[in-house]
Amino acid sequence: MFDTLSDRLRKTLGNLTGRGRISEADIDAAMREVRLALLEADVNFKVVKEFIARVRERAIGHEVLASLSAGQQVVKIVNDELVDLLSAGDRTFHLSGNPAVVVLVGLQGSGKTTSTAKLAHHVVKLGRRPLLVAADPYRPAAADQLQTLGRSLDIPVYRAPAGTSVVEIARGGVEAAKRQVRDVVILDTAGRLSIDEELMAEIAAVHAAVKPVETLLVVDAMTGQEAVSVAQAFAAAVPVTGLILTKIDGDARGGAALSISAVTGVPVKFLGTGEKTDALELFHPDRLAGRILGMGDILTLVERAQEVVDQTQAARLEEKLRKASFTLDDMLESMQQMQKMGPLGQVMSMIAGMGNLAGEAQAAVDRGDLKRTEAIIRAMTMTERRDPNVLNASRRRRIAAGSGTSLPDINRLVKQFGEMQKLMKQLSGGGKRAALGALTGRR
Amino acid sequence: MTEPASIEPESIEPESVEPGWEPDPADFDDPASNAEVLEAGSALEVDPEPAGEPFAPEPASVVPPAGPDAAEPPTLAPTAGLDAGLERTRGGFMARLRGFLGGVEAGGPSWDDVEETLIAGDVGAALAIDLVERARARRDPGGPEAAIRAELAALLVPRDAAWTPRPATGDGPAVVLVVGVNGTGKTTTIGKLASRYAAEGRSVILAAADTFRAAAIEQLRIWADRSGVPVVAHAPGADPGAVVYDALDAAVARHADLVIADTAGRLHTRSNLMDELAKIRRIVDKRLAGAKPEILFVLDATTGQNGLAQAKAFHEAVGLTGIVLTKLDSSAKGGIVFAIEDALKVPVRFVGVGEGVADLIPFDPEAFVAALFA
Ligand SMILES: Nc1nc2c(ncn2[C@@H]2O[C@H](COP(=O)(O)OP(=O)(O)OP(=O)(O)O)[C@@H](O)[C@H]2O)c(=O)[nH]1
Ligand SMILES: [Mg+2]
Repeated sequence: MFDTLSDRLRKTLGNLTGRGRISEADIDAAMREVRLALLEADVNFKVVKEFIARVRERAIGHEVLASLSAGQQVVKIVNDELVDLLSAGDRTFHLSGNPAVVVLVGLQGSGKTTSTAKLAHHVVKLGRRPLLVAADPYRPAAADQLQTLGRSLDIPVYRAPAGTSVVEIARGGVEAAKRQVRDVVILDTAGRLSIDEELMAEIAAVHAAVKPVETLLVVDAMTGQEAVSVAQAFAAAVPVTGLILTKIDGDARGGAALSISAVTGVPVKFLGTGEKTDALELFHPDRLAGRILGMGDILTLVERAQEVVDQTQAARLEEKLRKASFTLDDMLESMQQMQKMGPLGQVMSMIAGMGNLAGEAQAAVDRGDLKRTEAIIRAMTMTERRDPNVLNASRRRRIAAGSGTSLPDINRLVKQFGEMQKLMKQLSGGGKRAALGALTGRR
Repeated sequence: MTEPASIEPESIEPESVEPGWEPDPADFDDPASNAEVLEAGSALEVDPEPAGEPFAPEPASVVPPAGPDAAEPPTLAPTAGLDAGLERTRGGFMARLRGFLGGVEAGGPSWDDVEETLIAGDVGAALAIDLVERARARRDPGGPEAAIRAELAALLVPRDAAWTPRPATGDGPAVVLVVGVNGTGKTTTIGKLASRYAAEGRSVILAAADTFRAAAIEQLRIWADRSGVPVVAHAPGADPGAVVYDALDAAVARHADLVIADTAGRLHTRSNLMDELAKIRRIVDKRLAGAKPEILFVLDATTGQNGLAQAKAFHEAVGLTGIVLTKLDSSAKGGIVFAIEDALKVPVRFVGVGEGVADLIPFDPEAFVAALFA
């Protein structure tokens, strides 16, 4: 959908390596691309402006390392800065107090009720006994929704009779938790517009009444430029302690979260990754940075792989990606695995620089090339599979005959493999933290 | 929507913006419901007010409309009308743009500022740069404001002011299928639409085809009661296609003239869920051949650049015919609509400006653009 930033910078700056210093002209061209990429990712335009200024300062006169192209170098600086911004604040999820009170707030439709249930599930896994409070008396059937979710998780839900004020519902919920020996209370509040003064005052009153240890702002990952002013308004009404970024399982880049963290200093604490109650993940700054830039996210790739492929296979794939000891056999295996994982394009496009290849590979799978690829590779000797460089004309003819394919088929496969191998190398070259943001994220 | 957690959705990159759905007889399931009733679950420890009525256990219960005294009389005076709804929009986005534009001539803020203001309104960076470029090239005698205004208006699709959902074929009911990603305001919009058309004297039936989200059916019922229209619902977890089929049957049997179907929110990247939606559409096409349903895409005005990807994916799956832009009473500007209308040539029909039954008003592009500059 979008060119990745690294693709764009490669176009702008070429693959110049070891050219001494990055020039001003290079920087100007690069910054235009960085600006566009961030804006397309819904990063707030003011945040983009400051960000660009900072990156420019760092990049000008920066030594272009021999091992990196100027484009990669800029990507690295951008990525490092993004990770810095996203790492702001304290990401710990605090559950002190008895009961520990957690309040979820946010705009209409951002995903508060679903996130309430997900947090409850998370808290149970931490060994705690949560009680959910349905504190949205406005939206039709909001309390029913929470109650249904609570029932499916076997977690009690506190509801108050119609007409009870929201502050009273909140107080009643905390009292009920004490009676029921529940040590965490999670309050689901009504969605409200940040410019609705009455309802913003209401949420402030709730906060004053139950003194939550965590007040989490629920933000839809698809939110546009207004995210910042919305977050500022909520943070002005109540001390927001963290964000839950929802619907990140879509293809939105999630720049809103970056904007909010940059402007308010509030850290992202959780990601909502699906509609089910277990689809809640801890936040990793480097992964979101990679996503905003449209860069590789090998960890996510590997994690997704683990869901469907068995763990040892996935670990081996990760190892190969890291060491770039990638053979034709591996290529076949990973193509097979990726097919099992579902649409190839999406998975592959998570790998930096593989965006272009992804479409090609998907088309290959669609055409049934997987079978042909398999036949070709099976017709090769072990040496040939490890090192296709030995494939001279006569070997290629032999393989074509042996696999029932044609010479152009063989040539295409070898070329495709060469490209893939190049990418693997690029990805895993020594210490390239930028391209491998995801891997460095594994602490 | 009960498929197992699965790996992700292909990234959808429609080359063409033509709707990709096609009737496929193979998908035409026996509509007989496979609805199952969810068991009631354990009694709650703390529940001062028990849940309302359980969901109707029988597969195709048509809930009679609530009595007149139970229904809130639908009034069509919006609690927040176009002016109120766009007030903040005006105060923000376009007021600033206007300020800038006024200033361009006076040697004040530059075209860069204008571009920035468009970007701040979620118009999108690439489109904003384009618009400013074209506006400058226009050398409009009316000045920069007229130029930008003309460029913005040119992106919008011309529309028919007299539009109302009508059956394409003579007798059957008109059908409106409401789609969109999670939480954009589909169910609320349906509540508002039901009230609008019921007040016009049309007989409306709602189809509760979001059988997936917890309490979605209950939510739609509450909305239906507000305008006294019946709901066709199955049990939670039932096949949404079967619900729609039964609602169409009910409409034909009772000579109702409008069926509005709610669907579960779904991310446009989930290809299996998009397939499910395409199947629902095919069921409509089968049951009422030639009905030409209105496929309404509900878009949250706070959505950023992802809105375009959403609209394209839904268009490809089911062929959109209209858009509802909700939450325009927020501080957001909904600028992504320009890119969407431009790309898909599908008009915004209504805007949502609040949570009340009357907070839905027809979208008038001229008034919209004018209001932006007012
Ligand atoms: N302020 C405002 N809120 C709205 C508007 N339209 C809908 N909402 C609110 O947005 C929230 C979500 O609305 P729903 O109608 O449940 O959205 P949906 O698309 O049906 O949601 P799912 O079925 O869960 O995908 C609710 O709190 C609505 O009251 C609007 O125009 N303005
Ligand atoms: Mg709904």
